[in-house]
Amino acid sequence: MSLRLPHSRTDPLKSLLRMERFPHIWCPGCGIGVVVKCFVEAALQSGIPVEKHVVASGIGCTSRAPGYIKMDGFHVIHGRAIPFAVGLKTARPDLEVTVIAGDGDLLAIGGNHFLHATRRNDDINVILVNNFIYGMTGGQYGPTTLEMAVTTTSPYGFVEGAFNVPYLASALGANFVARWTPLHTKELTNAMLEMFKVDGFAIIEVVSPCLIYGELNNMPPLDMMKWLKDNTIIDHNADLSKISVDFKKPLVLGNFVRRYRPSHQTRLRELVKKVMGGGG
Amino acid sequence: MSERISLLRAEEALLRPGVYFMQGNIAAAEAALLAGCRFFAGYPITPSNEIAEHMSRRLPQVGGYFIQFEDEIASVIALSGAAYAGVKSMTATSGPGFSLMQEGIGMAAMIEAPIVIINVQRGGPSTGLPTLVGQGDIMQAKWGSHGDYEIVAYLPSSVQEMFDLTIQAFNTAWAYRVPVIVLTDQRVGQMIEKLNVPDYNEIPIVGRRVPEEPPEEFLPFNSKYLIPPMAFAGEGYRFHVTTLTHDERGYPSTSHKVSTKLVTRLIRKIRDNEKAIGRYDSVSTDDADLVIVAYGITSRSALKAVKEARREGLKVGLFRPITAWPFPYWGLKEAVDRGADILVVEINMGQMVRVVREHFANIVNIHSMTWAPGEVPRPHDILMKIKEVYER
Repeated sequence: MSLRLPHSRTDPLKSLLRMERFPHIWCPGCGIGVVVKCFVEAALQSGIPVEKHVVASGIGCTSRAPGYIKMDGFHVIHGRAIPFAVGLKTARPDLEVTVIAGDGDLLAIGGNHFLHATRRNDDINVILVNNFIYGMTGGQYGPTTLEMAVTTTSPYGFVEGAFNVPYLASALGANFVARWTPLHTKELTNAMLEMFKVDGFAIIEVVSPCLIYGELNNMPPLDMMKWLKDNTIIDHNADLSKISVDFKKPLVLGNFVRRYRPSHQTRLRELVKKVMGGGG
Repeated sequence: MSERISLLRAEEALLRPGVYFMQGNIAAAEAALLAGCRFFAGYPITPSNEIAEHMSRRLPQVGGYFIQFEDEIASVIALSGAAYAGVKSMTATSGPGFSLMQEGIGMAAMIEAPIVIINVQRGGPSTGLPTLVGQGDIMQAKWGSHGDYEIVAYLPSSVQEMFDLTIQAFNTAWAYRVPVIVLTDQRVGQMIEKLNVPDYNEIPIVGRRVPEEPPEEFLPFNSKYLIPPMAFAGEGYRFHVTTLTHDERGYPSTSHKVSTKLVTRLIRKIRDNEKAIGRYDSVSTDDADLVIVAYGITSRSALKAVKEARREGLKVGLFRPITAWPFPYWGLKEAVDRGADILVVEINMGQMVRVVREHFANIVNIHSMTWAPGEVPRPHDILMKIKEVYER
């Protein structure tokens, strides 16, 4: 007698995953897998044909995400996902280009590209998974490591200070800025859906548990999940200058910024139209 | 209807066949537009700026896009993005910017993105001589990024060649799916001389090889091809590309077998076709007992020196590589077989001479005339060196 399993609720998502590549490389308790699930869920709901969705990433734990997503995907070199995405989007405006990468990739080695793509208002989506550390290389500190945190390169505690990502992105002029966690799957998926509609630079910071960070700082992923469950506040109108990540105070989440500045690519297209129409 | 009108307008806006008096850098920019380049990404740097400035004005006229990025790193990366979106793309730079681009050039080689980089060489090392000539990037062009890969580099020596070889660079990049470098220099880039633009039907334009398989059977790096056909993003192939060592599906692999297969193919793409890609020109080498090897601006001085030497009864010839990489060593074989000496003249401390030695050391005498950047050796300087070689 064969046992017939009920049709899985998540089945349609599998059409957007490279199932032959599972199991994935992420640690138990890592939040990146949830981000991938939310992303494919949002992509399915977006109404944008799947062949028009493109994912780009750099190097690091989060940047492995496109390798599991069945879309045109580009796992480029460390720190350079944003300029690659800008090249794709500028050359082919009908593509919906999303960068999925980590804090070190996007804000340290790729910091200058982040700064200028936001300023230019390039029409790309950025999902920045912030796990406070370089996980793949074994646990070195990064630009979002928390005050006095222990990492393999800050054995006595981290004393540099961390970026407050939403505050930074907002100051640079991003059209859409949000922060969620892998515990807030519905809100995260909805934020991604909104991000796809933005003409301009859109960024979601996902504050995510990390086994490597947790082991070094006495906060295993499950404890951090529990902390996130009990200590988050949703405030879409929060004062962004006051929402840096700090486990001593509640974590503020929300869809913080909505601006309607036309994107760099829209303005370029208008420029080309004008020049061609007017004979230059 | 409106799209058709804009296409017609785009064609009207291209440089018409005819004779022009034009700067080398601008000739290269116009050639790029004729070759189909519709995306330029760059960062200001002397002495290549005329190319970016010209492209910023001309690209919108033909429906293309220009972006001045935050640095050369972003610029060269964006080219690969645009290429994978199906748009021919180019940048222009010089020494320091070329150094910054190396990681991105290695990436383009690894993911087989067809991109074109014009390097208007200036004096180095470091910031060096921004406004003055140099030829010190011969080795960097080939070995600048880490790991084993192949690129193609052209060596224009005139405004005409800035035009012809830029078109050729696009064709080679797209035919072989490799980064191609137009390795010119400050003098050739900024000189103004005659340019002949041929009829459009005499300008061959190469595009991608389109995948034959349906998306479900498509392998982005199918090893049944030496140069796999290229799918563009957004066409429904839903392919994966990684800069990690990858298998035919484009998936990362740490298998030595996969590494061997991939790296061998990346190298073989060019090495197996070196004679189809490599080019040279030679003058009076048939009976020469001394062959000067010189390229770019230096070859023009060398040509004058050869003529002068001939007048004085010395049997000297000129071999001018048009590609630095692959180096057209076979063009020197006949002279080497005859036992002719070789003298390599270049505006650096001896770079191409190493390649000549690699092929012909211990067979014939190979001499090197080095020249620090900042000036082009005069014909007289080269003639003195020729006489010195004869007196030895």
